Amino acid sequence: MRKMRKVPNKKGYFGEFGGRFVPETLMPAVQELTAAYEKASKSSSFKKEVKYYLKEYAGRPTLLYFARGLTNKFRKAKIYLKREDLLHTGAHKINNTIAQASLARMMGKKRLIAETGAGQHGVATATVAALFGLKSEVYMGTEDVERQSLNVARMKLLGTKVIPVASGSCTLKDAMNEAIRDWVTNVRDTFYVIGSVCGPHPYPMMVRDFQTVIGCEVKRELLKKEGKLPDYLVACVGGGSNSMGLFYPFRNDKKVSFIGVEAAGFGMNTGRHAAALMKGRVGVLHGTKSYVLEDEAGQIKLAHSISAGLDYPGVGPEHAYYKETGRARYVSVTDSEALQGVKLLSETEGIIPALETAHAVAYLPKLLKNTKKTDIVVVSLSGRGDKDMGIISSM
Amino acid sequence: MNKIDKTFKKLKTAKKKAFIPYVVAGDPDIKTTEKIVLALAESGADIIELGIPFSDPLADGATIQRAVMRALSHSVSVEKVFDMVRRLRKSTDVPFVFMTYYNIILNYGVARFVKNAKSVGADGVIVADLPMEETKKLKLCADRSGFDVIMLAAPTTPIERFKMISNCSRGFVYYVSLTGVTGARESLPAKLKNEIKKLKKHTKKPICVGFGISSAHQAKNIARVADGVIVGSAIIKRIEKNLKNKTKMVREVESFARSIAGAIHSVG
Repeated sequence: MRKMRKVPNKKGYFGEFGGRFVPETLMPAVQELTAAYEKASKSSSFKKEVKYYLKEYAGRPTLLYFARGLTNKFRKAKIYLKREDLLHTGAHKINNTIAQASLARMMGKKRLIAETGAGQHGVATATVAALFGLKSEVYMGTEDVERQSLNVARMKLLGTKVIPVASGSCTLKDAMNEAIRDWVTNVRDTFYVIGSVCGPHPYPMMVRDFQTVIGCEVKRELLKKEGKLPDYLVACVGGGSNSMGLFYPFRNDKKVSFIGVEAAGFGMNTGRHAAALMKGRVGVLHGTKSYVLEDEAGQIKLAHSISAGLDYPGVGPEHAYYKETGRARYVSVTDSEALQGVKLLSETEGIIPALETAHAVAYLPKLLKNTKKTDIVVVSLSGRGDKDMGIISSM
Repeated sequence: MNKIDKTFKKLKTAKKKAFIPYVVAGDPDIKTTEKIVLALAESGADIIELGIPFSDPLADGATIQRAVMRALSHSVSVEKVFDMVRRLRKSTDVPFVFMTYYNIILNYGVARFVKNAKSVGADGVIVADLPMEETKKLKLCADRSGFDVIMLAAPTTPIERFKMISNCSRGFVYYVSLTGVTGARESLPAKLKNEIKKLKKHTKKPICVGFGISSAHQAKNIARVADGVIVGSAIIKRIEKNLKNKTKMVREVESFARSIAGAIHSVG
């Protein structure tokens, strides 16, 4: 395998994917953001500030935990868990929001907006808004407001206004439409905090960069613990930020296999899933060209997943690029398998994962059929399961 | 010369400004849209904008979103809209401009879209989420066949960028009156007229203004400085109000359009 090309290019393209498909009103704003991010990524004071809050406030570095129980259960590989679930607010999302809020402050923007599915990104945005004294409003589909009510309560307590979105599928896709409409309207003083490696350039690149702390820590820790790189990296893929954050630092380590787990919902052949990479077609949604779930006429289809955070008909353009180039392999896990994943990790390790994360865990039994005992598998434990207890206990 | 260029030339000679109504094709159904379009042409529309519905219209406000959902509830596709235009061409010569989102065109095939749109008698397209930087492929196909890609400019667009956009645009430049989504507004930004006057100095192409225009009074006011006025949501509200009585719907749309057309055309 040759070295991966440096992506994205100046126009925000990862091969044929990415770009900027936004109304003209937003173009000056995304250009301003691109320039501000470029400046920030070279600024030692910006990097210092982000590093400070990641360490002192969010609790980085997170543990790379050797999962003895899981390892002994399968005896087919050494399994490590990257414990993003131990971060403040309970998921990897805070890595990104701390950095984006710092950038917003640098740009003099006083108001943050965000979209959220599971509510983890909404909570992470509400948290940094409270921390930095910024105003924030979060768009959330009415269906998600209901199934993630705990996170709604958290956001409110943190001083954020949660705006329920009752259009379309009433989930993440529609929340994002509405957030973009807000951004178009209030573009001069508002910073749009996108929660995944989606949206128009520079977001897919910027969010990836902010999440690579996950993969960088894994690399460093594992070399210390095992003296070698992992053989497999496994993470769930909705928009794809925790997986991209884990994968990216290993992109040129050709022996490291990337496995992204999409949500198969009721099943891959039921039409009720969220597997954009495996079942989608190339299209444009929410400002970026990537794989999307759409019908014959180009109308975006409703995704389905038990996990609100994966319930999205699109996926980040860099994942599309990884699929196209064969750098990553994408697989899928159904709703009921994901619930088994919750059970598996809870019983063997005493860790209750979020339903999103449980998709990555649930793929392990399949993956481990083809691994060697000496192989090292790292699973991104992107979030904790407290928020899902209502759904899990009702099943 | 393209039909849109001819229209503006004719208007200029007559010292008149263009009235450009917008409706979503298939709202509430294709058959009624056909009647509405003919009524709009009859009422004095100089160009008619036809929305091709997309499930995720992120530049549109609530009124057009609902219109799009009504159209999609009976699966209005590009093909059905093209068929409608082909039929309409037998009864009217008014220029037709499609307005849609890029995913619809991409899914249909960019070259195929331009070729078929042109062959059914449409004259141009506006793509709400396709900024200048991403239009290369569409323009390559369109310019070759004399199909107009009309570009949008916004209040946030810097002047240098506006010059590039107007160079790139065909037919006219669509100026978005406000920072926001589509939808009728009680009042428009105070600076709007001065903005348009300023922009007129930087382009020879007609500037038509849309977003938010809801009354004859507003339309007239804008027509004093712009070359054309685009009215969408305010018309769609008349459709929405009469969903149960389609005869009344067409009649109300026509009389509203007539009042707007009259106001715009009264400006010399």
